[in-house]
Amino acid sequence: MKILVCISNVPDTTTKITFTNDNTEFNTAGVQYIVNPYDEIALSKAIELTEGGKGTVSVINVGEASNDPTIRKALAIGADDAVRVNASPRDAYFVAKQIAEYAKDKDYDLILTGRESIDYNGNQVAAMIGEFLDIPSISIIKKLAIDGDTATLEREIEGGKEIVTVKGKFIASCAEGVAEAKIPNMRGIMSARSKPLTVVDAVAVEEVAKIVKYETPAPRGTVKLIPADQATELINLLHTEAKVI
Amino acid sequence: MSVLVYVEQAEGKFKKSVFEAVSYAKAIADQQSTTLTAISIGNVAESELKELGKYGASKVLNVNAEQLVSFVNQAYASVIADAAEKEGADIIVLSNSFSGKGLAPRIAVKLKAGLIDGAVELPSTDGKFAVKKTAFSGKAFAITELTSTNKVIALNPNAFGVKENAVDATIENFSAAIKQSDLATVIKEIVRATDKVSLPDAELVVSAGRGLKGPENWGMIEELANLLGAATACSKPVSDADWRPHSEHVGQTGISISPNLYIAIGISGAIQHLAGVSSSKVIVVINKDPEAPFFKVADYGIVGDAFEIVPKLIEALKAHKA
Repeated sequence: MKILVCISNVPDTTTKITFTNDNTEFNTAGVQYIVNPYDEIALSKAIELTEGGKGTVSVINVGEASNDPTIRKALAIGADDAVRVNASPRDAYFVAKQIAEYAKDKDYDLILTGRESIDYNGNQVAAMIGEFLDIPSISIIKKLAIDGDTATLEREIEGGKEIVTVKGKFIASCAEGVAEAKIPNMRGIMSARSKPLTVVDAVAVEEVAKIVKYETPAPRGTVKLIPADQATELINLLHTEAKVI
Repeated sequence: MSVLVYVEQAEGKFKKSVFEAVSYAKAIADQQSTTLTAISIGNVAESELKELGKYGASKVLNVNAEQLVSFVNQAYASVIADAAEKEGADIIVLSNSFSGKGLAPRIAVKLKAGLIDGAVELPSTDGKFAVKKTAFSGKAFAITELTSTNKVIALNPNAFGVKENAVDATIENFSAAIKQSDLATVIKEIVRATDKVSLPDAELVVSAGRGLKGPENWGMIEELANLLGAATACSKPVSDADWRPHSEHVGQTGISISPNLYIAIGISGAIQHLAGVSSSKVIVVINKDPEAPFFKVADYGIVGDAFEIVPKLIEALKAHKA
């Protein structure tokens, strides 16, 4: 089985998000970058599915050379090889088109992504690649099992779950539950340095969207503390003051 | 030029988030001085379709084909894109639900459209079509301009509210040619916990963390939630320890929610957790540690032991309801 995993380079989850240049650019000063946590789940699942010589796992990233340490991390976790499409990832449409262009003649049996990147939270790339390649896409999966040519997936829906099956090639975006995120071991870290990382050129894509400005949430007022022995007063306040119950 | 809203049905019914999407789409149609058409796919009774008129849909396209009874995003995207072209709609609105997230990107590619996911406000009217959306898992907003001719917007639940704007909706059957290759995904089973409020749509949420000490102590959390008609949620350590299912994990790597009321019990408020809940309208924090960072973003706080306070709240709530 030949699997492609799409990985995104994102700010560490502890990052305090700030902006520069009149709030038009994300402030990258001092930011640590990581493999998007959901993509790590996707990658871990791909490794699990191919363990014991049952296939190969390639990772793909759309980004500039500064992403290479993140890509090496994915190789350390256990991907066999990597490709970077050399471009600044403008938006989901752009990224999905680059990956689809790369993947279209490579005959991958399965493409996995994380459910969303933790920076722009789009959840767009997987289904867009699916559409560009004209293959099924299943978004926000919690489980994935493959038996011969049939895959069975559990997809999250409001207040429940849906079990679906699909035959043939498909793409899915992975949420928690699909696999335990693997942690690279020393051998993985050593071998990651020598695994192939190919850089390819981007294709031209029409612009459909651009971020014009960022905002941070308005600061909240100060907390109204209720003494523990008057806890029941909370119910009154929620009813008469906050008017939410 | 018109606006098309996709109205997602579950078992033949529309949820509040759908009426919210229709209300939002109607407001965009008004901005653009045009009309709003809704498209429903699946088996929905005429009386339910008529409801859409209440929120401003003057026309409802009803697609009721046997192959499309349950949601297959590939086929649904083809039908919606086809309807958009036939109706001359250049703005397509849908709910940013689990299904919406699998559907909107495919529609966007079909129509070569820019897509705003997680929209929280109406588009700007300053000549640019820019929409505010959540980014960085709730730590920020990105105001994104759609520069393409066709535009797709997926609206976050609880962001706009339901607004009545009654018109008489005419219902038309719409038939779409469906490619066999669009039906490769087969739905085997749908499991819905009908007795519970779904977390992303919930207006009230009761959430608990490690401070509860163990899964056996969730009885009081569920009782409080039931009394409020709230959904239950939890922090990451709790779902990681399998005390609660992953589907309840809210935060940066779980789901982001924006209910009217979020009650956090025994959750310290790590930055990753706050990211997923900071857009809640009212936040209540109950924690025995007065230094817990969560108090900094709370509207109401009680410093104390959850095991003493929650039962008192349950009693007070019972009295309040009686």
